[in-house]
Amino acid sequence: MNPDAVQHINLKIFVADTGAIDLAELVPVFHRWIKDSVCPEMLIDVADYAHVSAGPGVLLIGHEANYSLDNRENRLGLLYNRKAALDGTFQSRLAQAHRAALEACDRLEQDAALYGKLKFDRNAIEVFVNDRLLAPNNDETWQALKPELEKYFAGFTIERRGEPRDLFRVSISAGTRSTV
Amino acid sequence: MKASNLQWKEQLGDRVPDHLAAELDVFEHEIALKKQGKIEDRVFAETRLRRGAYGQRYDNGQRSDGQTTRTLQYPSSDTKGPNTLWDAPGMQRIKIPFGGLNAAQLEMLADLCEEYSDGIAHVTTRQDIQLHFIHIEDTPALMRRLASVGITTREACGNSVRNVTACPIAGVCREQTFDVTPYAKAITYFMLGHPDAQSFGRKFKIAFSGCKENACALVRLHDFGAIAVTREQDGKTRRGFELWVGGGLGPVPQQARLYDEFVAEEEILPVAQAIARVFARLGEKKNRNTARLKFLVSKLGIEEFKKLVKAEREILPYDSRWTDYLKDVPHYAEEPLKPPSLLQIGVGTKEARPEGFEQWYSNNVYRQRQQGYATVTIALPLGDITASQLRLVADVARKYLKETIRSTVEQNLVLRWVSESDLPALYADLKRVDLATPVAGTIVDVSSCPGTDTCKLGIASSRGLAGELRMRLASKNAELDEAIGGLRIKISGCFNSCGQHHVADLGFYGVSRNKNGYTVPHFQVLLGGEWGNNAGTYGLAIGAVPSKRIPETVDRITGRYRSERLPGENFQAFIKRIGKAECKKMIDEFAAVPTHDQDASFYSDWGDPREFSLGDIGVGECAGEVVFPVDFELVACEREAFEAQLQLEGGHIDKAARMAYESMLHGAQTLLKFKFLLAPEDPDKIVDEFRTHFYDTELFFDPFVRGKFAQDFFRAHEEAGLTRTAETAHQLIEEAQLFIEACHSCYQRMSSVPAKAAVG
Repeated sequence: MNPDAVQHINLKIFVADTGAIDLAELVPVFHRWIKDSVCPEMLIDVADYAHVSAGPGVLLIGHEANYSLDNRENRLGLLYNRKAALDGTFQSRLAQAHRAALEACDRLEQDAALYGKLKFDRNAIEVFVNDRLLAPNNDETWQALKPELEKYFAGFTIERRGEPRDLFRVSISAGTRSTV
Repeated sequence: MKASNLQWKEQLGDRVPDHLAAELDVFEHEIALKKQGKIEDRVFAETRLRRGAYGQRYDNGQRSDGQTTRTLQYPSSDTKGPNTLWDAPGMQRIKIPFGGLNAAQLEMLADLCEEYSDGIAHVTTRQDIQLHFIHIEDTPALMRRLASVGITTREACGNSVRNVTACPIAGVCREQTFDVTPYAKAITYFMLGHPDAQSFGRKFKIAFSGCKENACALVRLHDFGAIAVTREQDGKTRRGFELWVGGGLGPVPQQARLYDEFVAEEEILPVAQAIARVFARLGEKKNRNTARLKFLVSKLGIEEFKKLVKAEREILPYDSRWTDYLKDVPHYAEEPLKPPSLLQIGVGTKEARPEGFEQWYSNNVYRQRQQGYATVTIALPLGDITASQLRLVADVARKYLKETIRSTVEQNLVLRWVSESDLPALYADLKRVDLATPVAGTIVDVSSCPGTDTCKLGIASSRGLAGELRMRLASKNAELDEAIGGLRIKISGCFNSCGQHHVADLGFYGVSRNKNGYTVPHFQVLLGGEWGNNAGTYGLAIGAVPSKRIPETVDRITGRYRSERLPGENFQAFIKRIGKAECKKMIDEFAAVPTHDQDASFYSDWGDPREFSLGDIGVGECAGEVVFPVDFELVACEREAFEAQLQLEGGHIDKAARMAYESMLHGAQTLLKFKFLLAPEDPDKIVDEFRTHFYDTELFFDPFVRGKFAQDFFRAHEEAGLTRTAETAHQLIEEAQLFIEACHSCYQRMSSVPAKAAVG
């Protein structure tokens, strides 16, 4: 497979300490983001699934991408879900998702309404491809994308995760901070 | 939007049945033509609706942020229907006939909700599954993937035969007459795309129930509701159905009328076809507000309707499909994966039971008619389930069952044919992913339509309220006694009744009120609806309570029931005994709204911090700063309509009808006074002026039902003084309540209230 044909790259940055935040607190914050148009994407709505265990949490629905404080597998993190296709290469698309997620993390950490309750570990990351046809979670995809991921996350530990039914996903972890 | 959309057709190949593949090619072609501007908006809207692709809130490009309504800058100004922007995300409804699902289908739904939606599949009150925030250009690929596992979305919406519902425990029910599943399946595929079911003025809903007494299929609120019955003829037991027609909820709820006590099984399909023909031919087409079958049945009377259907039946050309399936019916049966067994764990040793198992077993497990087997309900919070949970359910359906899964109208899933000794292990598996909440069928298991979360017609946040009630009730679930624990709460975001609030013990539907210069979310409270007996009785609205005070209202009502009920007295009997006046007193305690300065929380809805506004649904007209005590007058109208209920309750039918009519007259007069400061007193003149200034100008029109409420008023005026039955008086009271709600809405649109709730 050609890595540069892969679209819909998602990136999740995990929360360092999940004890302090109540997901409901994200709802007014995301509504404010829509009102103030703080993201480059066109923002539309807020979807609150805090009542669902280990679920998508609270989502900020956009046209080109969704942002969410995602709680899948009971691991809270900021998820950037790129929906619209992008020109460029795998590297540039990954960089775009990473940049968008980092900016959202910065914005949440600095949000006065959250009173410093959110602290992200920028070295604890998962990358997904939200398209099973372009990138099924199998060895072929892993072999094709591993060099690309290693190039981008040089020096980080990269592990393939999940079962075949899952989206293709890898965890990225390291003691040092990556640069975009 | 998905880069892979065009590749799915080739990828799936012959896994998509030919007839569905051809249909989907046509749909894809229609999308292309629409993009080229070669299909009209209205035509395309009906086309996509018939594929289950609905609009969603903000699809007109307008969104209130609490202060003002702003335009959402979607990339394209193209449309996919009248006032519906192309790029606005929509909802995809997925028909699940009789709720039947298998493991592969659950896995597919899991994939689709991750890839195209927001990671959640939502079970509806019609056993459908809905995905939200879907881009129209993704729908053909999504539908192809569904088709590859045997699911079609055809006729999931639009003026068509909607998902056929049936008892989720059909076939395993201890009280059923016989298993209705094969009949529900047969009628689904017989009516799907049938030429006689393509030109309705409105939707047509079918349900099958295995017995009369229980509620599982809610037959009496359907256009076509069939209850399994048998009859001894010539020494043989013959299967058939007690057939009910013309039921429905919505703004004008009506209970179905008995069409026939026994329609033989070989006649059920042709009778359905004949009814479809009569409905298509004689049903209203222009005014969608009176286009459901219930209006035709009311207009013609049940006897005339039957006569027409019977005449139509006689001239139907023979169709072998009417009876072909019957040869397989005697052999139709689901099979268990494992042999029957008895629950061993916990016998005499409470300690041996897994933690929480006992309560789960008590609420979520149903012992089947087949000894040694049980059906397990997975209670989903607000009908929501994640992709990972769907995969886990698929896994357990393979591990413990032969994939015998169904969705329910209470927005849950059931697993059938669990060998009883597997229950503890199944419980542990479900508990790992938080799917073993022990609340199935209890007051905690609140049902709700999507409301303002995603529905563009929603007025108040039904899901927000449902979530709040669920959380509060769950926290004290263990303390609730059986009588309270067994009550049902159902919530709709507006009068359209998708949450089926009429048939709940405690029902609520969203409305709004002007208070202290702001628009405040409220819910109308309905008490005394009956879930049992196939939705045997509809509740009536008692009055509106601010949204934020509904939890206290629930506590008050249930607390009073707990402390004052007589031995063995159920909730409906209790409500009837204390009477509506007393009920009204109970809720009036919670009607007050503090000023914005005192408590601003009353001015936003549950789960939505924005200042409440109708800006997302409304198109408004500002009449300037006219000062008139309209709220006071409209509250008086509500009181009059309520007093009409009391008269009806007391058996004073004509007086009840007169008061209901007068409450409408009062409402119309109030709006005239608001607009002109003066209004006539003579009823004919009130009606004439109301017609001229509010109806002909469309000022009174509701965005969804348009002039329907005004038409109800005009008809009530024409029929004033005529003798009514209890049933028609009941209906008039319903119409009066909705007319007064419409007066409130019209006043809100006309008034210059809140800059904070300004509309477009």
